[in-house]
Amino acid sequence: MNKYLVNLKINNMPISVEEGTTILDAARQLNLRIPTLCHHPDLSVAGNCRVCVVEVKGARLLAASCATPVSEGMEVFTNSEKVRIARKHIVELLLTEHNADCTKCFKSGNCELQDLATEYRIGDHVFLDIVKPQSKIQDISSPSIVKDDSKCIRCQRCVRTCDELQGLTALAVTNKGDHQKISTFLNKPLNDVVCSTCGQCINRCPTGALTEHTNIEEVWNAIYDPSKFAVVQTAPATRIALGEDLGLTPGERVTGKMVSALKRLGFNKVLDTDFTADLTIMEEGTELLTRLKKILVEKDDSVKLPMMTSCSPGWIKFQEHMYPDLLENLSTCKSPQQMFGALAKTYYAEKINIKAQDMIVVSIMPCVAKKFECERSEMRDSGYQDVDFVLTTRELAMMIKQAGIDFNHIEEEHYDSILGESTGAAVIFGATGGVMEAALRTAYEIVTGREVPFTNLNIQPVRGMDGIKEASIKIKNVKPEWSFLEGVDLNVAIANGLANARKLMEKVKSGEANYHFIEIMGCPGGCLGGGGQPIPTSPEIRKKRAEAIYSEDANMPIRKSHENPEVVEVYEQFLGEPLGHKSHDLLHTHYRPRKRY
Amino acid sequence: MTTDLLVKELVDKNGKCRNSLMPILQGIVQKEHYLSEEAMLAVARELDLSAADVYGTASFYTFLDTVPRGQNIIRVCKTITCHMKGKDEIVNAICNHLKIKVGETTHDKKYTLLTANCLGWCHKGPVMLVNDDVYPDLTPDKALEIIQTYGKEE
Ligand code: SF4
Ligand code: SF4
Ligand code: SF4
Ligand code: FES
Ligand code: FES
Repeated sequence: MNKYLVNLKINNMPISVEEGTTILDAARQLNLRIPTLCHHPDLSVAGNCRVCVVEVKGARLLAASCATPVSEGMEVFTNSEKVRIARKHIVELLLTEHNADCTKCFKSGNCELQDLATEYRIGDHVFLDIVKPQSKIQDISSPSIVKDDSKCIRCQRCVRTCDELQGLTALAVTNKGDHQKISTFLNKPLNDVVCSTCGQCINRCPTGALTEHTNIEEVWNAIYDPSKFAVVQTAPATRIALGEDLGLTPGERVTGKMVSALKRLGFNKVLDTDFTADLTIMEEGTELLTRLKKILVEKDDSVKLPMMTSCSPGWIKFQEHMYPDLLENLSTCKSPQQMFGALAKTYYAEKINIKAQDMIVVSIMPCVAKKFECERSEMRDSGYQDVDFVLTTRELAMMIKQAGIDFNHIEEEHYDSILGESTGAAVIFGATGGVMEAALRTAYEIVTGREVPFTNLNIQPVRGMDGIKEASIKIKNVKPEWSFLEGVDLNVAIANGLANARKLMEKVKSGEANYHFIEIMGCPGGCLGGGGQPIPTSPEIRKKRAEAIYSEDANMPIRKSHENPEVVEVYEQFLGEPLGHKSHDLLHTHYRPRKRY
Repeated sequence: MTTDLLVKELVDKNGKCRNSLMPILQGIVQKEHYLSEEAMLAVARELDLSAADVYGTASFYTFLDTVPRGQNIIRVCKTITCHMKGKDEIVNAICNHLKIKVGETTHDKKYTLLTANCLGWCHKGPVMLVNDDVYPDLTPDKALEIIQTYGKEE
């Protein structure tokens, strides 16, 4: 359908834009930035903060540019005297209700409200300060998220995030007027409600009202403690995003610099979660094939299909709350972070001759749900808490700044060995569809003895940013031991973002879909859009990060998990075989139903 | 009748869509005088909404209480016209008589005293509402007399 073009003038500059474009977007096309607070490119329009007001010639009132579509002949002024005064007053009013203790605020330096206040040089308060003292009590119940109502400007970005992107609505707008606040059901602590701990609301909160539950100080203590051996692992999606918080543009790969910075911070060993991502593929791929065999050959209906991936702890908690009757469909594999922790404090500790109780395992994750995950009682199979502390990509950037490291000029370094070797299959775990692609690269080869039939191993149908993707792969000319899979169409589905996961689960429940294997990532775009990644986020930024991930994969010398030499070695020397006894003890887990309401 | 059954009945009557949320919540308040945690959870379950969403709606409306209330709810208008016409005396008289403060419920659970925003009867203030009935042109004595008639029911 052809869209009509609308002609208008903004600040006397003529422009033609498609019908339906908002004034805000039209102005952007002219490289004019209009400030916004409640507006976010991932969310529906709310139009409640009014900082984006502009003057439209002939109109009596100022218009919210994020919520006003252009019209023919319109004349807009984005910086008239009237606009400036109004905008300044709006920011001042927001600040009267705001606990603006920036120097103590975790968000300082990356806060949209602070930026605006600074830009407009809001100085002495013209209005009275009316922050309610009781709003200053922070909710720190969640291991992942800190909620501070005294910093909230009620833009409702978090509410729309949790509802529109994550399908949970753990947060809602409650009460009204000057009592209005963002709250959970009956104001309960976040840890007691149906929150996945995904942290997507943090990524979209323009202020310090929602932030991660930080562990920076604990990690510094571990580094400085001479009696401790501090080991760090880095998740796939951190290496393509960390730069954004250190002055680089989205999509820059900083793997070697990140390793080097971690060594300079003082970690004893810098290792890679990508190693256990490869290991996950071995375990999960084998688990899938075993389930298929049990069902197709042994007619054993105690195992469930479709099998669903289990790397994303936000997704796991979502499933425990929302679809407890589908928990048996989840792969029993722990996430790569937790496999790493369990192996670090057993296999690795023994190899390097360090006592497990003297080892501190720190993870750098694109995720805040991992903070919740590492504290789960199921995650202590080494006899200790397998992973001690999780830092987000953002927290690592803060530590690098604190340490005075000139990130952009440091030499690149390599991960330490062992537990530092990885493949291209592991790094794509960071993008939606990546676990599926990695699993197919390995499983197809196990079954047929041949590589997956896609150019350069790039399984395009499972890539891309669509919320839900489906693909079907025909398995042909199998090895004799897999004859039951000859001619089978392997049906797979992939969802990213929990609202999409929910749609997919409804399809599974109703029996409408006939999948064998489903990959779910809790966050939009997969881990590259995780709740611990640099802020801001947007579809364009996530696309750039995805491109970086796939080029990282393409540049790896080894691109299939089963060819990772350290993975081969850990099976030979320690684990035995995938799904073997030791794997079962250390690398697999179970799930628990939680209440949905 | 249990709360669960009441909610089911109201859902049958009003339908399962989101638009039924208000009439269902009102129906519960009519029978149980307030929205208990249990009631809100039952509504969330029946309408497939999140509990926070139900709470958000409930807490927005003054007339949908989320804390326990007495059998009779007295709401004295506190807005400017009634205020100027002496709402404080009415409130004080009721407080002294029932031995409760605004926002509280009597021990025998018969009365809860609240204030309300403008009830649209400014020309005949001060005004109070007892349950669904409006009483204009109040004096302290008149207010107490009216309240007593409610205590006698049942
Ligand atoms: S939320 Fe922003 S403006 Fe408010 S205290 Fe924190 S940094 Fe400052
Ligand atoms: S962490 Fe995720 S699930 Fe929890 S409130 Fe935020 S967006 Fe919702
Ligand atoms: S918590 Fe943050 S995102 Fe949510 S309404 Fe408040 S300021 Fe906006
Ligand atoms: S950004 Fe337009 S009203 Fe908030
Ligand atoms: S001010 Fe009391 S009814 Fe209007």
